[in-house]
Amino acid sequence: MTSMPFYVSPEQLMKDRADYARKGIARGRSVVVLGYDRGILFVAENPSRALHKVSEIYDRIAFAAVGKYNEFENLRVAGVRYADLRGYSYDRIDVTARGLANAYAQTLGTVFTQESKPYEVEIVVAEVGQGPDDDQIYRLTYDGSVADEHGFVAMGGAGDAIEAALKQRWTPGMSLGEALTLAVELLGKDPAGGPDRTLAPTQLEVAVLDRERPRRTFRRIGGGLLAALLNHDSQVTDAPVVDDATPGHHGTLTGETLTGDAPRDATTNPQTQRPTSQEQGHDGSEGQG
Amino acid sequence: MSLGPDAGRLPAAYLATGSSSFTEFIGAHAPQLLPSRRPLPSGSFEAPHGTTIVSATFAGGVVMAGDRRATMGNIIANRDMEKVFAADEYSAVGIAGTAGIAIELVKLFQVELEHYEKIEGALLSLEGKANRLASMIRANLAMAMQGLSVVPLFAGYDLERGAGRIFSYDVTGGCYEERDHHSVGSGSLFARGALKKLWRSGLPTDDAVRVAVEAIYDAADDDSATGGPDVGRRIWPTVAVVDQDGVRFLGDDELRAVVERVIDQRQDNPGGAR
Repeated sequence: MTSMPFYVSPEQLMKDRADYARKGIARGRSVVVLGYDRGILFVAENPSRALHKVSEIYDRIAFAAVGKYNEFENLRVAGVRYADLRGYSYDRIDVTARGLANAYAQTLGTVFTQESKPYEVEIVVAEVGQGPDDDQIYRLTYDGSVADEHGFVAMGGAGDAIEAALKQRWTPGMSLGEALTLAVELLGKDPAGGPDRTLAPTQLEVAVLDRERPRRTFRRIGGGLLAALLNHDSQVTDAPVVDDATPGHHGTLTGETLTGDAPRDATTNPQTQRPTSQEQGHDGSEGQG
Repeated sequence: MSLGPDAGRLPAAYLATGSSSFTEFIGAHAPQLLPSRRPLPSGSFEAPHGTTIVSATFAGGVVMAGDRRATMGNIIANRDMEKVFAADEYSAVGIAGTAGIAIELVKLFQVELEHYEKIEGALLSLEGKANRLASMIRANLAMAMQGLSVVPLFAGYDLERGAGRIFSYDVTGGCYEERDHHSVGSGSLFARGALKKLWRSGLPTDDAVRVAVEAIYDAADDDSATGGPDVGRRIWPTVAVVDQDGVRFLGDDELRAVVERVIDQRQDNPGGAR
């Protein structure tokens, strides 16, 4: 008896790999990235407080992913290393989402064609600009293709259905509260046509790139602030400009400072830099000497 | 360099699992960026040196101040250099020694702390930060032997204890916690004397700032390499306050008021406050 020939056409090989990756990604819960008036919003259905799907990469750049956690976590760490090394050897403003998206695309593309198993991930690299027109959102898929998206992206199991709905309902200049409510409503829809779910704040991972902030613009949104933003009866439609007053890590805004004035002011906000010359009234650059 | 199939892809070191230390990452991937990994020229040469840094605790935090002068032999190389930096949200680092290498180390230390924060999603403890800085100074020993030494002073707000703490270093990377107050650099002998006489436990923030400025003034009074407040050019010492709200640098107007009071009180009384 002769064995079967081992020839597989390149088309078949790539198709098999793509199907494999797509299947892996479709199993996961979705992530929505969308622009709002003051920045870019990331919403993921993710009950875990520790294993993040959305993360900070650099001052104005963030990362969101769906798929296999160990694979996208690996890419996230690589992105932070890429950005920090670039910022250290050039300058902070020379770190761009476009450069990072290219590096990710090359990496995903090489892994897809050359390694035995493609990455089962889909990622978004977003950079908040000075105005809404300068915002950049790049979507990268498992095979290394890049798409420059305008306004919104949805990825994961229900990604296509959510994106179709966003096309109808997303408008530029939405407030944070409106954009968040829309994203959460769409994440709760069942693509198979079942009844809608109402997602509680504890099932959500929410973060923003806030263009008004100096230097590091990425903040997670949680606690009372997230509940207030989702609640239509509350007057809260935007995140506060100052961080929480409690000493500690200020990566998350919980809205503690919504009432009264915060002791933390803008000068403590740019975490590792001297105040700029406008604030300080003299040259505060670091590199001299 | 030929363009292989992997051109443009992130090198394997980026995707390697393990360290959340930026220094370890570039040590493996781009060692030429670390000051300690560069080949050293033989012989000695002159480079600008930074001088005096003082730090003092107060109720609920710590203040750090530095003069603005850098000297090269008998020449003033720079009269408005910044030598006190925010290392991260809750700590400040001041540097004495070879200015070029010291500033490079501070930049590296700032990235190191932010890198850890992004990868781990948490802040390092204050001791953790102090120990990271110690290992960076330790790696610099070969340069220190050639006269390119860097001696930092590290101060921060300890979130666990709710108090300010000060750490000093030697060229071999020894890290020592200091009680109450400390000073490093060429004018530190005089500054320490002033701190010893003026510092009280539980000082309010404003008084701690004044004590730090007095100490810098006394250092500049007796050490030619330390610059005093320059009224004509409006160059004041750099003063950072670290407390539970984070690191805050005093603005020029605030500093001018403090400095002018110190100068006024020293008219016909060169010894200053006591």
